[in-house]
Amino acid sequence: MNGLPGFLRRLEGPQTVGRGPAFWITFAIVFAIACAYPLFSDGYTVGNTVYFFVWVFIALSLCVIWGYGGSLSFGQTAFFGIAGYSYGILTLNFGSAYGFTLAALVLAVVIAALFALLLGYFMFFGRIAGVFLGIVTLAVTLMLERFMAQTAGPEWRIGAARLNGFNGMSAMPPLTIPWSGGDIVLLADIGLYYAVLGLLLLVYLGLRILMNSSFGNVIVAIRENPERAEMLGYDVRKYQLITFVIGAALAGISGVLYTAWGQYITPSSMGMTAAALPLIWVAVGGRSDLTSTVIGTLVVLAAFQALTIYGSQYALVFMGVLLVLTVLIAPNGLVLGAMNLISRLVARRSKGDV
Amino acid sequence: MALLELRGLNKHFGGLHVTNSVDLVLEAGEIHCLIGPNGAGKSTLFRLILGEHHPGSGDILFAGENITALKPFARIHRGLSVKFQVPGVFKGLSVRQNLEIALQRTHRSVELARGIDRLLTFLNLEAEQMQTAGNLSHGQKQWLEIGMAISLKPQLLLLDEPTAGMSPEETHQTGEMVQRLNADGMTVLAIEHDMAFVRQVAQRVTVLHLGQVFAQGSIDEIVADERVAAIYLGQAHA
Repeated sequence: MNGLPGFLRRLEGPQTVGRGPAFWITFAIVFAIACAYPLFSDGYTVGNTVYFFVWVFIALSLCVIWGYGGSLSFGQTAFFGIAGYSYGILTLNFGSAYGFTLAALVLAVVIAALFALLLGYFMFFGRIAGVFLGIVTLAVTLMLERFMAQTAGPEWRIGAARLNGFNGMSAMPPLTIPWSGGDIVLLADIGLYYAVLGLLLLVYLGLRILMNSSFGNVIVAIRENPERAEMLGYDVRKYQLITFVIGAALAGISGVLYTAWGQYITPSSMGMTAAALPLIWVAVGGRSDLTSTVIGTLVVLAAFQALTIYGSQYALVFMGVLLVLTVLIAPNGLVLGAMNLISRLVARRSKGDV
Repeated sequence: MALLELRGLNKHFGGLHVTNSVDLVLEAGEIHCLIGPNGAGKSTLFRLILGEHHPGSGDILFAGENITALKPFARIHRGLSVKFQVPGVFKGLSVRQNLEIALQRTHRSVELARGIDRLLTFLNLEAEQMQTAGNLSHGQKQWLEIGMAISLKPQLLLLDEPTAGMSPEETHQTGEMVQRLNADGMTVLAIEHDMAFVRQVAQRVTVLHLGQVFAQGSIDEIVADERVAAIYLGQAHA
């Protein structure tokens, strides 16, 4: 990969599993299949697949903050909810003309990131670390859930947008791309599928570059030994704060896409169950690797949905069992463990060839 | 010229005075050893110099600048560097990546790769460069961390028991390395229990006892001092 510009060479590196032609060819094939898939499926199933993709961004946010950065945030759903509600409030007030929904997407993510900047500043510069970070972030998301839950009355409105308590906020416009021949409305089927798939590709590759850059080096150094990182001249808390804000923005993308997908958001999207599930996807997949996180999240989500048909309580129990098994069998994640095993086998075989 | 000057440094945890109005002047270009029995306040003094602890009162001057209020990372930017007592390497990362993280703040691309290779040769860790640092032997970890500390090209290198857990042979090699670095102009302040190492490298020795500077001088003067023998060397040779 020496012919590529510097930053593209960072697509591979010590911080991400998967390198060399074999990996990228597989990657291209998987992506091609993902692109062709809607042609062989119906609108409902495609819409359902978009729903899975939507959650990958919040999983990646945990991967970055927890897996790479070593700070367990239990409250990514807070940023999910803030961005989701922000999108709703903005679009219900200003509509979807002139591509405003896309501006609302960006604005909502920025609002979530700014909230994370404020919260993260007080946490990291107040030296809250380890398990306490998890407790504070969880408390924040539960507080937001409680707050939104009591906004059912008609007095809780921002402009034209009723917050609507536990009934949820609804009827916001879906994402709309302005086009000369008439706006393209991204309803929850093929249109939204390609938009979200494209965004997912960009975010995944972008994070690969970021994590293999010098910034990523410092982030994992802080996870391994914050004192040593500081004593090499890195402002540890500044790096932790930046990572936290990046993570919040990713969770915010999930929140906006979720809201636009279903044209609906409720306080329970910030509740205890919602907060716990992403942790399980990421832990089961392999929190310290982007690819493992993406695969793990999609597989676990699909399994969860398949089980929900037989009753959501059983599905949740299954999630708990899965988490316990992961911790016991492959503490670094099942997908990551399997991928490391494959790359070891490949390495052994190619060594045998020589 | 004084490179580091501690003026009346006080630090207490509750009622316990860990350092009690410590005055210490470190001349530029010297190798200075800090000795004293366990609990004398040596490591606390290091943490005060590095900014991990803040003194109750007193001042820290580095190259003429008062750095008492500076954050630890900012002190590193001024030209301080440290090797901790317990090897502080990034255990889950490769040896090469450990050195890359140390060097990348000041080096870029080709220069960075060359700098890492030079350090690997210097540390005799070329064969282990792709190994996970956590799998290195204790001595190798110590060397790796020393390598990370000196890669910053500091004006003042702080070494907290650099030879702990090393064989006499390795200790001697470490001593020679410290002398080489010093010959290149690096000032060194080392906490050390190994008297062979102190004899080998120290140009001046400060004895810390109960948080206070108890005695100061050449190693021969310190060894000849009966009061020091009573509190420290006496115990060590008993």
